[in-house]
Amino acid sequence: MKRHLLSTADLDRSDALLVLDTAEELARVADRPIKKMPTLRGRTVVNLFYEDSTRTRISFEAAAKRLSADVINFSAKGSSVSKGESLKDTALTLAAMGADAVVVRHSMSGAPHRLAHADWLDAHVINAGDGTHEHPTQALLDAFTLRRHLRDRVETPASGAPALDGLHVAIVGDVLHSRVARSNVHLLNTLGARVTLVAPPTLMPMNIEDWSCELSYALDPVLPEVDAVMMLRVQSERMDGSFFPSAREYSRRYGLDERRLNLMAEHALVMHPGPMNRGLEISASAADSPRSVIVEQVRNGVSVRMAVLYLLLSGSEPAIGHQEGVA
Amino acid sequence: MSGLVLRRVRPLGGDEVDVLIQDGLIAAIGAELPVTEVDVIEGNGAVLLPGLVDLHTHLREPGREDAETVESGTFAAARGGFTAVFAMANTTPVADSAAVVEQVWRLGQEAGHCDVHPVGAVSVGLRGEQLAELGTMADSAAQVRVFSDDGHCVSDALLMRRALEYVKAFDGVVAQHAQEPSLTAGADMNEGAVSASLGLRGWPRVAEEAIIARDLMLTEYLGSRLHLCHVSTAGSVELVRQAKARGVDVSAEVTPHHLMLTEEFARSYDPVFKVNPPLRTASDLEALREALADGTIDVVGTDHAPHADEDKDSEWSCASFGMLGLQTALSVVVEAMVRTGRLDWAGIADRMSIRPASIGRLTDQGRPIAVGEPANLTLVDAEADWVVDPLELGSLSRNSPFAGRTLPAVIVATLLRGRPTYLKGAVR
Repeated sequence: MKRHLLSTADLDRSDALLVLDTAEELARVADRPIKKMPTLRGRTVVNLFYEDSTRTRISFEAAAKRLSADVINFSAKGSSVSKGESLKDTALTLAAMGADAVVVRHSMSGAPHRLAHADWLDAHVINAGDGTHEHPTQALLDAFTLRRHLRDRVETPASGAPALDGLHVAIVGDVLHSRVARSNVHLLNTLGARVTLVAPPTLMPMNIEDWSCELSYALDPVLPEVDAVMMLRVQSERMDGSFFPSAREYSRRYGLDERRLNLMAEHALVMHPGPMNRGLEISASAADSPRSVIVEQVRNGVSVRMAVLYLLLSGSEPAIGHQEGVA
Repeated sequence: MSGLVLRRVRPLGGDEVDVLIQDGLIAAIGAELPVTEVDVIEGNGAVLLPGLVDLHTHLREPGREDAETVESGTFAAARGGFTAVFAMANTTPVADSAAVVEQVWRLGQEAGHCDVHPVGAVSVGLRGEQLAELGTMADSAAQVRVFSDDGHCVSDALLMRRALEYVKAFDGVVAQHAQEPSLTAGADMNEGAVSASLGLRGWPRVAEEAIIARDLMLTEYLGSRLHLCHVSTAGSVELVRQAKARGVDVSAEVTPHHLMLTEEFARSYDPVFKVNPPLRTASDLEALREALADGTIDVVGTDHAPHADEDKDSEWSCASFGMLGLQTALSVVVEAMVRTGRLDWAGIADRMSIRPASIGRLTDQGRPIAVGEPANLTLVDAEADWVVDPLELGSLSRNSPFAGRTLPAVIVATLLRGRPTYLKGAVR
């Protein structure tokens, strides 16, 4: 593993499998009456959130606390241009406080990269979502969820342990602005899955042909082919940017509703990184259907973030001590 | 006898001669001129060029004297081999009146490091709505001939038409910053594979090319004169090439950084590489070098854009656009064009002195190195290398994208009307 987790492109196949396997191991802690282990006792994890994201923040907070780390929540709304302290000064402050890891969520792409590489602080940096760039722990929890549910359908690779080989995943919606899509494309490719991106042409990035994905402007023909569909959130600000004519038209062409749900294979999963716009990109019936694993994605998020914190902060020590009695 | 002798120098990279300078003029050129009772600068075979002229400099004064002043910017210019710079109008207040352009012009005179020719704004406040008093600025002490809203595009077609027509009255030129604003709202970097991967908002090449195509058509229709600032794409080059073939009176400029750097540098998310127009692709860079070599692109303009640390040491998206350029320009162009065999020293003199002076209608700059000509000269050690250290540069700001790089060609001396404005060694 590298020193920071900024992008899923930084993870090779063995790194990614290590995170998933470690998360699997740590998930068992969540099933115990006492969900806490002493692994990161005395370490300080700062949640530095420039954007509101209660779900991601509490997921990281729960993960760090289960590992006994001290958690500081630093909510720095706004950016260095609009008001308040610059990213640099905040970083220097955190360094002075002795942060061992900084979990950063920021509205601007690359902010975690700057924190990690600008010589401002020494801590491990974990990207908890930056602008329209990446959200690596989301992709890891998605991969974790896929693996748990579709283990039987994964093909055995020529060498090494199976990951998500041979699975086919559709990512549907605002690919252009989605950090979840970018992180998932890298990671799913690394883990051997096949990816089809489905979006209107206005919401596909330029040069997307280079992304080693299949592309489709239509959702219906893709659905019968896939083992899982990831529905991306449509941000309200896209409605004003002429990316598509109206919410209703978007929903008609790209929303996952009951009819489309029935086009999918029986085993295929419905996923969504949350928060959902029910009735826009996903109907209530699809979100609440038995094949939806959306709530489980949230649960798995804690295990995956525990694994990431553990591997970055104490990679050389065993994840679960012998005194805990769990291998 | 009194005066200054440049001993053993090679005009435009030719044979070694001595050059005698008296009363601000080149008084004699010959082998082994007498060196008694004169000051001597030892050239040791250095290349002698006409003093460099920059059509595109941001000196930030008035308004952002923390980032640069006329004094500090021209100090850097002299150290970079420039004897004249055109100071862009996007100051605070904007240089859209005789009062402001005369102030900048006077500050340049007082500093004395190089000639400062203010560029006048095309529109009041750079707002693109109403013509600034172009004629009054032309008639002022600053004698403005180049007009530009640089930093902003004159995007309104009618205003552009009027400006192109109006400046004919005093032989002016409109220097367009070609950027269709509706296609580049919030743009961070070149639009393409790299912006898609980095999640940064794209600045599409057609935003530049669409304006250039329109302005070439307007210029041709009106029989006017157009200068295109910082052309950055292969498509723009092609449009200029075709227009020149039709006889359109257009000149084009490229920056040193677009000749040397590509969008790949954005992968660092370090805003020192954030610039407008953005760094483009390797094939654009190749097209720009080719166009500068064959003369389709007329001049190198630095687009020297100093910014205070706090405007650069931040997240990419909230950082300011722009890079330092004055002190690295010649070295970068030498590396990109001379070391690659695309231009010789006469070509450098043409693109960095003669043509920019001509576009800006300067009569005493960009002159031949000949007896009787003004001694605006730059002496370059073509064999030496140097390492760029932003702390050592003359600018008040430090945002050089070439920090830490080893570049060829070291300025030995810069002379403005015979007076050394920069001297690396001592005068004997």
